[in-house]
Amino acid sequence: MIEIKNIEKSFADKKVLKDVSFTFEKGKTNLVIGQSGSGKTVLLKCLLGLHVPEGGIINFDGADIVGKSNKNLKYLRKQIGMVFQGGALFDSMNVEENVLFPLQMFSTMSKEEMLQRANFCLQRVNLENVNHLFPSEISGGMKKRVAIARAIVLNPRYLFCDEPNSGLDPYTAILIDNLLQEITHEYGMTTVINTHDMNSVMEIGEKVLFIREGKNVWEGTKSDIITSENQYLQDFVFSSELFKTIKRFHK
Amino acid sequence: MGLIASFGKYLLFIADVFRKPERRSVMYKLVIKEIYELGFKSLLFVVFVSLFVGAVVTLQTAANMHGSWMPRYLIGFATRDAILLEFSPTIISLLLAGKIGSNIASSIGTMRVTEQIDALEVMGVNPVTYLVRPKIFALMFFNPLLICLSMFGGVIGGWISGTLSGECTSAEYITGIQYDFIPFKAIYAIIKTILFAFIIASVSSFHGFYTQGGALEVGRSSTRAVVFSSVFIIVTNYILTQLLLN
Repeated sequence: MIEIKNIEKSFADKKVLKDVSFTFEKGKTNLVIGQSGSGKTVLLKCLLGLHVPEGGIINFDGADIVGKSNKNLKYLRKQIGMVFQGGALFDSMNVEENVLFPLQMFSTMSKEEMLQRANFCLQRVNLENVNHLFPSEISGGMKKRVAIARAIVLNPRYLFCDEPNSGLDPYTAILIDNLLQEITHEYGMTTVINTHDMNSVMEIGEKVLFIREGKNVWEGTKSDIITSENQYLQDFVFSSELFKTIKRFHK
Repeated sequence: MGLIASFGKYLLFIADVFRKPERRSVMYKLVIKEIYELGFKSLLFVVFVSLFVGAVVTLQTAANMHGSWMPRYLIGFATRDAILLEFSPTIISLLLAGKIGSNIASSIGTMRVTEQIDALEVMGVNPVTYLVRPKIFALMFFNPLLICLSMFGGVIGGWISGTLSGECTSAEYITGIQYDFIPFKAIYAIIKTILFAFIIASVSSFHGFYTQGGALEVGRSSTRAVVFSSVFIIVTNYILTQLLLN
């Protein structure tokens, strides 16, 4: 479980996060939604320790990480898996080497065990026979899956994803969403997903935080969204004709 | 003020390079890889340039000695000293700052803008130690070898052009390159080379590492890396010459 309380973050004169509090629950897919520029990525980077908030508390199962040095964060970082928006796969390494990388850096496994584990993770994300391809040789959806395999290879307790299905076709996007949810349940991880894809919200939003202009304006589950009276949330979620129709049909 | 702040940031960056790496075995492999990528792949370029510059230095020296009372073996002597003292360690290092420096800055810069460096950081891997340290070690180890090869290539180039053009005989040239040889000059050249290698790798990595934005900024970082490496090399060259030769 990750608990954040009264998080504040500014860049120069601009306040990006204003008093944000929320609890990301263990074993659930926790989604952070909001428009572009609402502060989702900044919040995620604060959780990862890449940005230091000016105020507030970030508790990873009781351990506050705000203001901790890189050295002190090292232990925690080994328990974190991260899927970046573009995958952030290492260009100079092939698929297998990318997945093996965290194991080579931090595990005490033998070469064979590492290879076994990497192949298991690749199979888990439904990737086979791509081990020796380079990131430039695979599709966007495959890159995301390799990034997920790399993120889970060390059995992390926390999984973070920054817009994991951006730039993907709806079918592949749903596959990725379902994969993330399955993995979260299977390993009992605390998963935090940044998205502005409403399909994802309705598909896997077990707990949802809606951020607007750096503020927490709504929280609930995917089923609460339809019945919510929050106008900002309604405007954001039901901005497309498709979702407006679904809402009318639901009523 | 901006320059002082940047220099301070650079010093902190260098301090980070010498932190303990996560895995020593991984570090050795990376150094070997960088030796191949940055050093070995520059071999042909260095030899090619050195051969021709050595040839030109010889022809120019010979042209300036036309009709003078000076013995012809001095052509070999002047070529050797020009190549040993300045051309190989400094000019080749400046060329390498262009070739290797832009490569380092753009590769690290691209990693920065595509979040690969963030990925390393999130995993708990120190990106400076992992990415920059092997490049610095590889260049400091391999550049002296490259420069020795350049010296050899330059002298050979001079010998070929000197004898082919008839400006001096092979015996005169060989006598010249052996005449009044002071071994410390070679040591001075190697010391310069090692320092220049450090400058090329560290300054270029620094500019690549702090790239912000997209492809355009990667290009700008690459240009800044070459300019700053070259300026640092020129200034360091002056200081070292003053300290070591005078």
